[in-house]
Order: sequence, then structure tokens, then C-alpha cells
Amino acid sequence: MFQVRIHGRGGQGVVTGAEMLSIAAFFEGRHAQAFPSFGSERTGAPVVAFCRIADQEIRLREPILDPDCLIVQDATLFKVIDVFAGLRGDGYLLVNTNKTFAELHIGEAANRLPKRHAVIVPATEFALKHVGRPVPNAALLGAFAALTQFVHIDSVKRAIEEAFPGKIGAANIAAATEAYAFVQTQQLAATAA
Amino acid sequence: MPNPVATLAPEEAVQKLKYYQKGTFTVGNRLVAEAERSVQASRDRSNALTCGHRACQGCGEALGARYAIDAAMRATNNNLIAVNATGCLEVFTTPYPETSWQLPWLHSLFGNAAAVATGVAAAMRVKKRKEVRVIAQGGDGGTTDIGFQCLSGMFERNDDVLYICYDNEGYMNTGVQRSSATPPAARTATTPAVGAEPGNVFGTGKSVPKIAVAHGIPYVATATVADLHDLERKVTKAMGIRGARYIQINVPCPLGWGALSHDTIRLARLAVECGLYPIFEAEHGKVTEVRKIRRQVPVTDYLKPQRRFAHLFKAEHEDPRVARLQAICDANIADYGLVDAIAEEA
Amino acid sequence: MLKQIEGSHAMAEAIALCRPEVVCAYPITPQTHIVEGLGELVKNGSLVDCEYINVESEFAALSVAIGASAAGARAYTATASQGLLFMMEAVYNASGLGLPIVMTLGNRAIGAPINIWNDHSDAMSVRDSGWLQLFAETNQEAVDLHIQAFKIAEELSMPVMVCVDGFILTHAMERIDVPDQATVDAYLPPYDPVQVLDPAAPISIGAMVGPDAFTEVRFLAHYKQTQALGLIPEFAREFAEKFGREAGGLLRCYRTEDADVVVVAMGSVCGTIKDTIDEMRDDDIRIGLVTIVSFRPFPVDALRASLAAAKDVVVVEKSIAVGMGGQLADNVGSALRNLPRPPRLHSAVAGLGGRPITRASLHHLFRQAVVQPWEGTHFLDLNDRVVGREIHRKRKSRRSGPTAENILRQLAIASGLPAAE
Repeated sequence: MFQVRIHGRGGQGVVTGAEMLSIAAFFEGRHAQAFPSFGSERTGAPVVAFCRIADQEIRLREPILDPDCLIVQDATLFKVIDVFAGLRGDGYLLVNTNKTFAELHIGEAANRLPKRHAVIVPATEFALKHVGRPVPNAALLGAFAALTQFVHIDSVKRAIEEAFPGKIGAANIAAATEAYAFVQTQQLAATAA
Repeated sequence: MPNPVATLAPEEAVQKLKYYQKGTFTVGNRLVAEAERSVQASRDRSNALTCGHRACQGCGEALGARYAIDAAMRATNNNLIAVNATGCLEVFTTPYPETSWQLPWLHSLFGNAAAVATGVAAAMRVKKRKEVRVIAQGGDGGTTDIGFQCLSGMFERNDDVLYICYDNEGYMNTGVQRSSATPPAARTATTPAVGAEPGNVFGTGKSVPKIAVAHGIPYVATATVADLHDLERKVTKAMGIRGARYIQINVPCPLGWGALSHDTIRLARLAVECGLYPIFEAEHGKVTEVRKIRRQVPVTDYLKPQRRFAHLFKAEHEDPRVARLQAICDANIADYGLVDAIAEEA
Repeated sequence: MLKQIEGSHAMAEAIALCRPEVVCAYPITPQTHIVEGLGELVKNGSLVDCEYINVESEFAALSVAIGASAAGARAYTATASQGLLFMMEAVYNASGLGLPIVMTLGNRAIGAPINIWNDHSDAMSVRDSGWLQLFAETNQEAVDLHIQAFKIAEELSMPVMVCVDGFILTHAMERIDVPDQATVDAYLPPYDPVQVLDPAAPISIGAMVGPDAFTEVRFLAHYKQTQALGLIPEFAREFAEKFGREAGGLLRCYRTEDADVVVVAMGSVCGTIKDTIDEMRDDDIRIGLVTIVSFRPFPVDALRASLAAAKDVVVVEKSIAVGMGGQLADNVGSALRNLPRPPRLHSAVAGLGGRPITRASLHHLFRQAVVQPWEGTHFLDLNDRVVGREIHRKRKSRRSGPTAENILRQLAIASGLPAAE
């Protein structure tokens, strides 16, 4: 079972992101469970959403305490909550930012992970460019596909289309595609290094 | 001992009618044209509230209900379902294992008659039986107080329900307690005639007919058992309209009001003629008709025969609240135009 | 058809497949998505011959359903927590009148203090009302139980409550097989009422019943639930035949055949418990689980049979009867009473007000029950320090202030956040 925990703030599409990831896994014939950390949702308040993916029925219902992958949609959260709690030693880290890990003061946490498991991606920029709104969730899923290779980018695109039909879907798919390419480039560069 | 109704053959179960030739139109005067006779005057009336119920002698509610429901039955070709709130009417008409209702009848709870009726009406719509109509009925307690939320909800949704409130101005079945329909100064078990301000407090209470009008529903009317033709006419008219409708009938309760059981209709007439109980009709938020007072009487004519107001007349000088009650009458008369102004001499 | 769908929406689709004729909608977290889903299906024409009514309160919601059901229409509504309490009078009225209304309960804690998260206190508050209460373990079962519920309700002439853990199930998106209309129609015939309001054959429903007959009426209500003990498994078997999967029934056993320790629980926590059990089995601990699906009627005989060979029974439940203890533990205890060698019963209360129940805590709990059993009711993951401080504070001063706010202040101080003045 692969467990993804997504951190963000209300209004950034954190819950939808987790749902889209679950839909992508569904299209690949897998079981997936997506759910938010339930609360009175207020725009701007910290929000956590979870997604479990497995090849058999998922029975577990506890929040994800030991994620395989952390997706951080809002880098200001590092100062507010313990984002890294429970992240597995061989886990992945994906942060939406145009700063470096060092500039975010999380270099130590990122370096603890295996090589090529931690990346940054300016997902909000991609979202603004393609969709015109600062909602980075779709772009981050494209980045996730490149980082972990746990779901195929084609499944991610189908899931985005399922969640946002029409022009908005197409725009989000474009953002996801660019984020995917962005991370892939980073990964290739890191492999070569 | 006569046979219980249940063992009678259908033709024997109908009440035997007696025609009185008195000065009223109450039962059906043989000199009145056929078309003007009341529904109750007809041998073919549905008798939906049949004899054998356990109402008190002189019960205004039993009288009002009989007239109202039979009129509604005729207007709907007997395609009628009644939903009844808890209260006197429900209790005295269904002493288990008997029932005096000859139409489909449901009693659910005290405060939800309007909502239950909404559900029945919805069922008839979904079953494509639009000809079947629904009446919700209850006393003032179950309507103006505990039933108010459901009533307002039904009005607001404009559900196809006629709600009939039998207003005897108190929770009578439980022993005469005060409701928001109890008039000021009236003695009840929870507004006893003791202390500095005996009886019900001035400045409390509400007019549900006015609130019904404010909801803008298709039809609102007040009625009285003192004018049973008018009551039948209003119910018949209401059944010809689709949407939320409200009729409030003033029904004296001899026991609760401390009145003589043969004074029921007379007291109801005095309530109208002094101006304390305006009789009017309204449609979609506007008053359309008022029943003019034929011969205005002072409020004391109405108050004195009722022991629930006796404490106002005990002292040597009349209690000043009698004047306040008169002021309410005068305000009603002015507001509704219940008395035609006498033409000035040229 | 397999769909990746939010639990609430799947339930809405399943309910729509049951061809409800009157749906009453009033919003309350966490069931609102269900009635919203149904409203959309009615408005876009997917659900036809259905009157969708926006009511002004939960009391009105169930009252409208009562009227509709008494007039022969298949009626449905949903609520939770405070809303259930607000319609309490109507809850007893519906079962007393024998109306086959189906209602979803999105299990949520009851206040004060106000809490929107999951626990079973709402379901427990109506366990004596005569409604059947079925608990779904998964969203798939939530879908399937609604379909079974209409059939059971109408055959029995008794209302049925389908309990679905709020948020944990209602707001989770997962893979669910939503049945097709033809299969549901083959399983669930149109509603044919035992008695109905009809001008063609007038009857009076809802008369007062006095001391001379009330006992008999209540006996027959109790008897109906006894009948349900046979009907529920029968309809679950028929469901399995037609839909090709197991769902519902009275209870389910998981790895109990040779178990020394058997856990008893209801609802979604059973999934987490199963994972825990598998891990403990890997450590050669003989432990199993009984999932109770039908809480009312309480399956005394089936439960006794499934627990007879166990040495220890651990009941994990999401509610507490203040002043007494766990209601489920109490009911389980009554099932075990007459066994020749009754297992030791351990009562644990967990997940109140939405506190997550973790595998780690369950591991510890199940081991402790055997090795270091406790007396009475054990509160899983109780913050002893906070509780201890509060008890101490109350002892010092009679006017000690509000419990909840003081605890929250303590927690705020402990977490380093600025405390509210």
C-alpha cells in the first residue's frame, strides 16, 4: 500500500487533489481511498488530505500517520505544523515553491530522504500560467507522477479531465504536463550528476 | 341502550336529522332555496365526523369540525384525507378502539400536523392522484405554539394543504392552560386570576391569521361557529384553490371558558359583534373581504357570560383592563373596517 | 458499475435506484451530501416519480416522511446527531405506527459540547425506539445496506436506520460497485403497504391506546424485531444471490475459528481492526473479530455462538452511556451471560467525537486486555494529564468554570499556541 499525505490551506484544492489521485489509481485498476482531515473548512486554514493506493481492498481507516509521500501545496505551513511527522525514511517529498529547500529551512529533512526522492516544483506558477488561478493541485499530481512513477501521467490526465471537464480540465492537464516535464528534467539531471 | 355504531347497517349509521324552523340558518331552513342550504342540511352529507364521539356538551370544536370537514368532503367529491394534531378533537373522536371519522385520518404528533399533511399531499402527487386533497387540523395550541414551525414551513413551501385551526384560545384537553391564542386578561390554569395582574398578560400573544397573510399564501380566512354558512363557504372556497391555505375558526369551549354549554354559538357571535374576533378573508398577502359587524356590542357583553373573565368584574369599579380590551376591539374595527361609518347628515 | 466515488454520492445513487417516491431534505453535517446528491438526481431527471421536499427542520423531515409513508409512498430521509435528537418524537412515532421509512444516519457525536465528527452516540440515543439499526463497515456495504433496508422495512412494516460513520465513510472517495437499476428492481418490489390512507377505504391511524392494550402493542413491536432476526439474513442471502457479493446480515466473523481473543465492534473501525488482527496473527496471537451489522435487533444467539469458544472478548465502541458504561459492551455482556464458560468481557470506548482509532493503539489495547485487564470501561488514548488536571482544578474550587473550555485552554498551552483569554 502506498500512502500520500497532502498538506495545504483551505481553498487550494487539497481535497480535490487527493481525490484526483485516487481517481488516477482507479483508472489503473487499483483500489484507492481519498479523504480529508475533516473539519470546518475555512479558506486559508491548514488542511490535510490523504490518499491510500493499493492492489487489494483497503480496510484501514486511520489518518495517514506514516506517509510514503508528502505533497506540500503551501510552503508557509512548515512553520505552522509538523508537516514531516511520520514521513518514512524511504519516502518522497514534493513541495510547491520556487525557493530551494535550503531557503525554506528544510534542507536537513529533505537530505534525509534517498537521492532523487525530494523535489521542488513551482506548481502555482504553472497553474497561473495555464489555468489563470493559483490552484496548484493538478500540476502537483503531474509532478507526483514524475517523482514517484507510482501512477502513470496518462492516468493523471484522465483523472483531471474527470474532475474538471471541458476547457478548465484541458488547462489543468497542461499545467500537470508541464510540471511532469519539469520534475522529469530535474530527475534526469540528478541521475546524471 | 342503543346499538354501537359499528354494529349498525350503513343506512342506520347516519344521524337522523331534525329540521327546526327557527330564526337561524344554522341547520337548514326549509324556506331557504336548495342552493343556499348548508351542506349539513343535506341527507347526503358525508357525515365525516359521525355521532358517538366523546366531546363535551356544547363543544364548539366538534361543531366547527363537523361543518368544515363535510363541506370539504363535498367540495372534493369525498376525495379527502385528514391529518389531525394531538388535542381535544383527536382525543374525543378516536377513543380506542372506536373512531368517529368516516374519511382517511391520521394522527401523528402534537406539533407536526402541517408537515405530515405535506407528506400526504406529496404522496398523492407522486401517485398521480391529484384529485385527492389534504386537510391538516388542530387546536390553537398545536397550531400557534408547538405546531408553528411546521405550519410556517408548509406555508413557505406553498404545499397543497388546507390547515384548519380550531381556536378555543387555550390548551383545553390538558386542563385549560394558556396558549399564544389566549386573549389578554383571560384566566387559565397557567395564568391564574390572582396577584397584581390576574389572568393572561397584556402585550403577549400573536395573531396567526395575520402571520399567515404575511406569508403571502393563496388563501387565509378567519371564521366562527356563529356563522356556519360562512364557514362552509370559506372551506368550499379554499378547497377550490391549490397551494397553502389557512382557516382559523373561533370555537368557544364551555368548559375552558367557564360558559354555559348552550351559549356556544351566542358567545361566538358576541366575539365577532364586539370586534374582538375579526372575521376576514385574505389572498396572497392582502385582505380581500371582511364580515361587517351587524350590530356592535360593548366588549363587556362578551366577557360577562364567561367565568374566565369573572375577575374583571369582582371589584366595585370595573377593572381598567376591560377598557383595554375594548380598545383592542376598537382597533380591530378600525383596522379591518368592520363597522360602516354612519353617513354624516348633509 | 465500478466507480471511484465519494461515499455520500454512492449512497445517493443507491437510494435513487430504490425508487423513493418522497425524499425529505434538511442539511446537517455529515449527511448533507447524500440529500444534495438526491436533489440533483431529481432535478436532472435521473430520478423520476420522486417528490423532493426541502423542509424547515429535521422534525419536519421525518414528519413529512411519516405522512408520505402512511399515504402509501416509499419515503426516505437522512440526518445525524443533533438533527436526530430534534426529530426524536417523530422517530418513536414512525416506529410506533409501523411505517417502513428508511433513514440514513451519518453517525456523529452529540453535543454539548458541539462536535461535528464521528462517533455512535446518535445511534445509541434511539436504540430503544423500535427502529432497526444496521451499521455499514465500508462504503460498499453502505450502498448495499440501503437497498436491503427498503426491502426489510417494507416486509416488516418497521422503519430502518442505516448507520454510516460520518466523514470516515460519508466523505471518503473509494472504489464502489454501484448496482444497476434492473438488479435493484428484481430485488426490491414496489411498496405495497399493510395499511394506507385512501379515500376509497377510509381508516383512522394513530388513535390513543390505553392501559388495556398498550402492553400488547409493545410486545408485538418487540416480536417484529425478533422476526427481523430471521428476515435480515434471508434478505442478505437473496442480495448475495442477485448482486454477487456479501453484504449485511446480522454479523460477520473474521478469523474467529480458533481465536482466544475476539474483538467485537461496529462500523468502519472494523477495517482498521482487521489490519491489526492480521499483524497480530503474524505474531502468532490467536485473535479474531466479530463485526456486528444488525445492532437492532441485537443478534443475541448468533453472537453467543460466535463468542462461545473465546477466552477474552474485547468490545470496542464509539459511544458511552454516561453513568453506566459502553452500551455495546452491555448488550454483548447480556449475550454471554448464559454460556457455560463465558469469556472475560473487556469494555473499551474509543473514537469519541472523531478521535482517530489507530492500529498502534489497538495493538496495545488487545494485548493489554489479556495481560493486564482493566475494570469497567477503558477510554482508549485518554489524555490522563489533562483529565487529572481538570479533576484537581475542580476539587480546589466549587465555581470551577466550564469543563470543555478549560480543557481546550490546557491543550492550547501544552501545544505552545497562545491561549484565548
